[in-house]
Amino acid sequence: MAVPAPVTAGAPDAASEAVVDVRDVHYSIGGREIFAGLSLQARRGRITAVMGPSGTGKTTLLRLITAQIRPERGTVRVFGEDLAALNSRAIYQLRQRMGMLFQNGALLTDLSVFENVAFPVREHTDLTEGLIRKLVLVKLQAVGLRGAAALLPAELSGGMARRVALARAIVMDPELLIYDEPFVGLDPISLGFILRLIKQMNAALGITSIVVSHDVQELATIADDSYLLSEGHIAASGTPAQLRDSGAPAVRQFMTGSAEGPVGFHYPAPDYLSQLLKEDDA
Amino acid sequence: MPSSASAGPLLEGVRRVGSVSLFFVRLLLQCVPALARPRLLIAQIYNTGSRSLIIIMLSGLFVGMVLGLQGYDLLQRFGSEDFLGSAAGVGLLTELGPVITALLFAGRAGTALTSEIGLMRATDQLTAMEMMAVDPLRYVAAPRFLGGIIAMPLLSAIFCLIGLYGAQLIGVQLMRIDPGVFWSQMQGSVTHRNVTESVVKSLVFGSACSLIAVHEGYHAEPTAAGVGLATTRTVVASSVLILLLDYVLTAAFL
Amino acid sequence: MRPNRTLEIGTGLFVLLGFAALLFLTTQLPASGMKFGGGSKGGYAVSAEFDNVGDLKVGSPVSMSGVRVGEVTGIAYNSKDYKAEVQLRIANQYRQIPDDSYASIQTQGLLGGKYIGISPGGSDTYLKPGSVIEQTQSAIVLESLINKFFANYASGKSGSGGEAGAGGAAAPAPAGKDTQPKVESRK
Repeated sequence: MAVPAPVTAGAPDAASEAVVDVRDVHYSIGGREIFAGLSLQARRGRITAVMGPSGTGKTTLLRLITAQIRPERGTVRVFGEDLAALNSRAIYQLRQRMGMLFQNGALLTDLSVFENVAFPVREHTDLTEGLIRKLVLVKLQAVGLRGAAALLPAELSGGMARRVALARAIVMDPELLIYDEPFVGLDPISLGFILRLIKQMNAALGITSIVVSHDVQELATIADDSYLLSEGHIAASGTPAQLRDSGAPAVRQFMTGSAEGPVGFHYPAPDYLSQLLKEDDA
Repeated sequence: MPSSASAGPLLEGVRRVGSVSLFFVRLLLQCVPALARPRLLIAQIYNTGSRSLIIIMLSGLFVGMVLGLQGYDLLQRFGSEDFLGSAAGVGLLTELGPVITALLFAGRAGTALTSEIGLMRATDQLTAMEMMAVDPLRYVAAPRFLGGIIAMPLLSAIFCLIGLYGAQLIGVQLMRIDPGVFWSQMQGSVTHRNVTESVVKSLVFGSACSLIAVHEGYHAEPTAAGVGLATTRTVVASSVLILLLDYVLTAAFL
Repeated sequence: MRPNRTLEIGTGLFVLLGFAALLFLTTQLPASGMKFGGGSKGGYAVSAEFDNVGDLKVGSPVSMSGVRVGEVTGIAYNSKDYKAEVQLRIANQYRQIPDDSYASIQTQGLLGGKYIGISPGGSDTYLKPGSVIEQTQSAIVLESLINKFFANYASGKSGSGGEAGAGGAAAPAPAGKDTQPKVESRK
């Protein structure tokens, strides 16, 4: 089922092949429309950034891509497979080719750092204890936490937990790596570490990466392609530089972090004055 | 997870029964592969069983002693205090043992299971497992469910035994009933059917309690308040279900 | 996973304890199981044959003058002379029981369990290990009810000087006296 394609890490001419292909997706939660005709592609060997204000469904997008939820309309293809056509066994097989980094790490609290990283290996392979040990130590070394192998997740700082989670996400050598808000709540040093790691993973291992975040400045330094999500569809796409130079007011408002612009301060509400008067009547 | 707030309480009740039943079937399917991981199972037997041991033993002792005191007081009015052994034996074995053990189990182990799994849900650990292509039903839910089923009959047996000791303590040591009479009366009235009833009841209660605890945790709202609410629901639902099932099983065994 | 000694010891302890309790409940409690605490206490064995043991059970006490001297260790049916053969164990300090003593099955209280009462005889030789108590009286079903009936009958008739009543009351009277102090001594 795998599409045999030579991994050309980061090369721009590999652009033709989309590892993740989302087309015209509609999705709503509790009557509220999250996506209305969303389309985007993540191409092999590149870092694709998905940006957007809070509440625009960035996490929902990731759940669609990882087949945790299904779109109401439209198709999601990952590694060329239409997710809607797969049963749960096939989805599990597909997920073995992906890694995902959760916002808070999502480490298993009752296992040590070492066991957390070893967890997918133990579950999916019959490697000997010695091989598992070597493999896990190599991955921990890659994120700089080989010394923390014996610690429990509760003993780690937020940045460290995220790096351990990254080691766990790459331990099965995935082809696609998904980052959910990897920069939130990190101190500048940890943030620097994570940025460097995302770039390294992409360059050294040729992993296709999707980074979902609202941290524009950080994303701009690493992303090859970026999408700006707004009101259920893609407001703008291109390289980070192209987005920044965009003339569209909504895009500029987000990229520059301005309070003034098309995205209003107020949540949609009935007319202010009439509501106040109505309260009076009652 | 999707709790339709607009639906009436009756419909919500029906939905929950359906949700638990479907979950039960999915869980059963994962129990066989879960047995292939004895280490996980052992850890859960430790969590639900060994850690409930002290509370079960203490409660058993006092329930037995109360039974001894009350039974003696009642029976000696008819000059039949020798029947204390029978009363304690049958009462503990068929009713008090399984029921009180199950209620304590729901409060001690059930709530722990619910909040643990609920927190795993709230901190994305269950989703992370799904993303690592590991079914959390198999890795998290099934071992806890099985652990509860295995632990409950053992806890109940320990409870009964300690309870009998407590009743004996009052009846024989304090009230001076002849020990031979006490034990022979007990042996005379307890049948193998009683023992079977006791084990069957605790197995059923164990399954019900563990199922509810795991289900509530698994479907808890991923917030602090949601986990708290789920824990409360575990205790309430388990307790009611235990007493209901107890009636059904008692009627079936009569 | 990490091998965890505490966890394994704790689990092992719990499981062993649980199965031991289950084993005890299944084998020791029902009557068909083994006898509780048997064999450990000292004493000597004698036997007695009864026409009917009623609901006498293994473990039921054996007493003399209301004092417990031993217990029933076995009840079996003897198909040779169609009687119930009861094994008794008498504690070692009660060695001097005349061998022509009389064993009867009696009831404690109104609804209480059965026990064996031994009334001493007049012989100079005593029961030895393995002896058989020859004179026995079986358990009487509705014994107390009959006692009561005759007692009432006797007291009702005594005023009018009836002879039949006096003769009838004479027999159960000793048994009644026998039973009363025993129940009293337990309280």
